[in-house]
Amino acid sequence: MSDPTSRPDAHLPAQQRTDMSAPGAPSEAPGGIKSPQVSFRSAPSLEAPVFEVGSLSVYYGSHEAVRDVNLTVGHRQITALIGPSGCGKSTVLRCFNRMNDLIPTARVVGKIRYHDEDLYGREVDPIEVRRRIGMVFQKPNPFPKSIYDNIAYGPRVGGFKGNLDDLVEETLTHAALWDEVKDKLKSSALALSGGQQQRLCIARTIAVKPEVVLMDEPCSALDPIATAKIEDLMEKLAEEFTIVIVTHNMQQAARVSHRTAFFTADVDDKGERHGRLVEYDETERIFSNPSDRRTEDYISGRFG
Amino acid sequence: MSTSAPKSVAGTPNRSLRRTRPRYGEAVIKGLLMAAALVSVATTVGIVISLIPPAVDFFRQVSISEFLTGTDWTPLFSDKKFGVLPLVAATFVITGIALLIAVPVGLGAAIYLSEYARPRVRQLLKPSLEVLAGIPTVVYGFFALAFITPQLQDILPEAWALEVRSGLAAGLVMGVMIVPTIASLTEDALSAVPHALREGAFALGSGKRTVSVRVVVPAALSGIVAACVLGISRAVGETMIVLIAAGVSTGLRFNPFMEMETMTAFIARAASGDVPVDSIEYNTIFAVGALLFLATFVMNLIAIRLVRKYREVYE
Repeated sequence: MSDPTSRPDAHLPAQQRTDMSAPGAPSEAPGGIKSPQVSFRSAPSLEAPVFEVGSLSVYYGSHEAVRDVNLTVGHRQITALIGPSGCGKSTVLRCFNRMNDLIPTARVVGKIRYHDEDLYGREVDPIEVRRRIGMVFQKPNPFPKSIYDNIAYGPRVGGFKGNLDDLVEETLTHAALWDEVKDKLKSSALALSGGQQQRLCIARTIAVKPEVVLMDEPCSALDPIATAKIEDLMEKLAEEFTIVIVTHNMQQAARVSHRTAFFTADVDDKGERHGRLVEYDETERIFSNPSDRRTEDYISGRFG
Repeated sequence: MSTSAPKSVAGTPNRSLRRTRPRYGEAVIKGLLMAAALVSVATTVGIVISLIPPAVDFFRQVSISEFLTGTDWTPLFSDKKFGVLPLVAATFVITGIALLIAVPVGLGAAIYLSEYARPRVRQLLKPSLEVLAGIPTVVYGFFALAFITPQLQDILPEAWALEVRSGLAAGLVMGVMIVPTIASLTEDALSAVPHALREGAFALGSGKRTVSVRVVVPAALSGIVAACVLGISRAVGETMIVLIAAGVSTGLRFNPFMEMETMTAFIARAASGDVPVDSIEYNTIFAVGALLFLATFVMNLIAIRLVRKYREVYE
């Protein structure tokens, strides 16, 4: 899995791939999508990966929401998870910081290695996991506290011993929010605009100095200008953090990510949806020359 | 298909837009619903109006300062003294004891139900907690007198001299009575805190206790305070328990081990006795009633304001 050129979708039965393609053109190479605005970021190697996911399945009760996912997340890279609604990409994302533990019926099967540790090992403390692997949510969810207290919450809970004022300033500067809020640190975070709230939530996450930042459709509730600011921020943060982002916005995946995983959902006889990973590769390849017909259909359907 | 109206354009029936018959039903329904809404307003106004004349009569004979600062309360005796402070003090002491029980237990129950209990446990526990609110207060009063007081007399040192009727027994049982009110309203306030806030806090590496205490409870604080204020209102207005279990006293005292009489208990006792209408004794009931009304009214106003403020945060 650590070889960047290996096909991460190779685990899929070949038969399944051909099933989906039109019978007349099984061997035709998928056409590339060319968009002048997009310049893809070249993906660094996957050596010393942060996460290695092997045969991951997630159940809610008896329902298998995601089936047999295998992928590798590289150090200080942006990995995008894309796909239609209900394909399990958020579910997979929530496995990385064990947020699924909070859902009583959720059950995770398979392996997720975080560096050299089994993330779901018996002695692993989910609270410690979440301090190392932070998360930003779909809708901005600042606490109904002051801007300062929002940033200070994580460090305080984590027993931070140091100058909190300095940490807050440093963090907000890092998140490119300091100039906008430095004169109103004591006022409520709920008074900020949606985009500012989301950047505050990103700042709040990096204030605890995690290694990984997970983002679950962080821009879906924001307008294009606020979205652009967050994308800029993501690129800047990728110099220091490993980022995994779920997004519905394919341009966003194409713009910011190094690698992209495309998920889709199979519907079984009972009408239940089972998410699965179709293809995982360098973003450029996914968007210009995908190997799977389903990826191509999805990307060209929305992108062309 | 508009075959029934051949002259008109397809789909448009050949009919006037004018109303064919008047709709009286609407007006009747609207009137009935408005009347229902006005009943509570009218009742409040009616109570205030009925309180005023006898209370005014009372204050013609007894000065307001004597009423509010006097420390002896013997309006039904031959040597009449009209200092309301003994009643106010008893109300304070008993309400205080009730809140010492009800606030911690109520908040604890609410936090457990909202944050810790599994859905099935909550579905079972919350209704049974609310059943506690449906027990008639006379039952609580008798329970205090016949069960709690003897138990307390066994447990407490003899030197503390717990009387057969006491502020302590009444206050403890009243506290139990208020628990469901505070727990249920607080649970509503906690459940109304968006789930996203909890997730945000968990994602920053906080444990369950930290999430509850540092994020959820502060976010629901105004709702919780409103629940407590409503609890206080119930305690101040509660009559049956104190009438049965707290007893009677004439002097100013703060010792909960002794008998004491609250404002409500006095009103109930005097009104169910044989005081002649329009006498000073009779008017006393209204003077105390007016004071009580004012106190609970102010507290309900505070509660309403807090609830409103708390609603504004998450809508």
